Amino acid sequence: MTHYITRRLAYSLLSLMLLSLTIFLFVRVTGDPASLLVEPGASQADIDAVREQLGLDQPLWVQYWHFIYSLVRGDLGQSFYYRMPVLDLYLSRLPNSLLLALAALAFSLLIGIPSGVLAAVRVGGFWDRAGKVFSLLGLSLPSFWVGLVLILLLSVDLEWLPSSGSGTALHLIMPAFALGWYFAAAHMRLTRSSMLEVLGSDYIKLARLKGLPEALVIAKHAFKNALIPVLTLAGINLVIMINVAVVVETVFAWPGIGRLLYEGITFRDFPIVQAVVLLGGAMIVIVNLLIDILYAVIDPRIRLEG
Amino acid sequence: MSMRSETVSVAQRTDAIRGLEGFPLVPVLTLTVIALVAVFANFLAPYDPEIGTLTARFRPPAWQTGGSVEHLLGTDHVGRDVLSRLIFGARVSMVVGFTAVAVAGCIGTWLGIVSGYLGGWVDQVIMRITDTWLALPALTFAIFLAAIVGPSEMNIVIILGAVYWTRYARVIRGEVLSLKEREFVRLAIVAGCSKATIMRRHILPNVVNSAIVLGTLMLGVVIVTEAALSFLGVGVPPPKPAWGLMLADGKKGLMVGYWWLTVLPGMCIMLMVLSANLLGDWLRVKLDPQLRQL
Repeated sequence: MTHYITRRLAYSLLSLMLLSLTIFLFVRVTGDPASLLVEPGASQADIDAVREQLGLDQPLWVQYWHFIYSLVRGDLGQSFYYRMPVLDLYLSRLPNSLLLALAALAFSLLIGIPSGVLAAVRVGGFWDRAGKVFSLLGLSLPSFWVGLVLILLLSVDLEWLPSSGSGTALHLIMPAFALGWYFAAAHMRLTRSSMLEVLGSDYIKLARLKGLPEALVIAKHAFKNALIPVLTLAGINLVIMINVAVVVETVFAWPGIGRLLYEGITFRDFPIVQAVVLLGGAMIVIVNLLIDILYAVIDPRIRLEG
Repeated sequence: MSMRSETVSVAQRTDAIRGLEGFPLVPVLTLTVIALVAVFANFLAPYDPEIGTLTARFRPPAWQTGGSVEHLLGTDHVGRDVLSRLIFGARVSMVVGFTAVAVAGCIGTWLGIVSGYLGGWVDQVIMRITDTWLALPALTFAIFLAAIVGPSEMNIVIILGAVYWTRYARVIRGEVLSLKEREFVRLAIVAGCSKATIMRRHILPNVVNSAIVLGTLMLGVVIVTEAALSFLGVGVPPPKPAWGLMLADGKKGLMVGYWWLTVLPGMCIMLMVLSANLLGDWLRVKLDPQLRQL
């Protein structure tokens, strides 16, 4: 167990290091990092000052060491536009992103799990076919377009919901739907296949042979076990939602991390862009690690294999 | 004799029919039409897609009051013909979509083959990089790269290639691991083929099928990402007619209900992505049973 966790930890550290190295090298190899890291319209003297400060005349490995050193201290640079540390900005937006992601997750599970179960119980039936269409559309429609059409229908035509901003539960409905549809489709597909697998297993056959009513077999015996992979996926998806919401947040002017990234692009505020991609990658590496560890705690087979 | 040849031909025909079972006719036709529109855009488009008449701004489609047959699908905020922009937009999506998938496919397939066949530290290095890049949220990573290199059609292709090769590398490596234990590869080694030759002549042809299936499935993802990048202003630079860019422009008329500027480009993206996904799903089941689990 300890051996397994140590190994997973080492892998994750390696991933984090490669992640920072990737970002570091891309910024330095593809052009002049000083021109990216000064404000647009800065004078030559300013550019030289930044070059000096970053030590861009030093060998790459020394620069990388400085880069890592400031990262570890939580120094992700200063935003030009907001005139404050990028990390503080990021943390101030994180709760909004989390709220939107949780709402989208709740929506995706509320739709995805019941429809997945219905589809698996009656394969080829109405719900199965309707679910297929729903998931195919969810996986094919760009979320920002869904958002724009929702604004057109529900805000402009019907005037039911506010088109942008945040503050009330009403503000949350459209962005959560636009963001959650794709994930509802994914959760539905997984619930369906997971249910089908469980329904075909021996213990379900035994439960049926015992003469248990079908509803009880499905609700009590099959559903609980089929839910495990879906909830795991949901955990990972929550983190992914926080990081892919950039277009949806832009459409609805939702003040989360995605919107921060968009502001970073439009104001040519490069430290923000760099921080968002770094922290997003780090978040996903860490969640994967936590899930691996959790699995090892729950399922002894995994830690023996590892 | 004639009876016999007839049965053979009937058998062949049923085989051919079985091979096409569930063939996604509508999606393939849709993609063909979009491709033809892209190729013949110059002849099909009634107006220049990049130049508008300011006096003819925000004209609705022909069937709505205030619309005219001059601009069948209306005009945008600078008076450009929406139909012409949609037609030329097909070209941008097709060119960017296919080249980006091809670039990602080439990088990913080769790295997958090298990683799987050579094994050892080469495999370790390539796979660790693949894992790390897979952890980066694709869209955020693409935005980051676009912020560094600046927007242009060429850069978008390179960026999408750099972001999406990892998915090929993973799958192809897995296939190579089982392929390299097969008889024909061992015989090639005995016959004295070099590693490079084996990878090129014996392994590559056997993974091309999977690469094509993956490519079809990636096409939709890549097109949506391109549209998202253009929408955010780091993709295809204006005034080029890209569907994502049209959606961004459409926001200017959204709150006053100029629906055609938002609905129409999105429908085009949807049609193309849906068709590519349906074709990819069919190919996956047909060509490559191993990928059915994907």
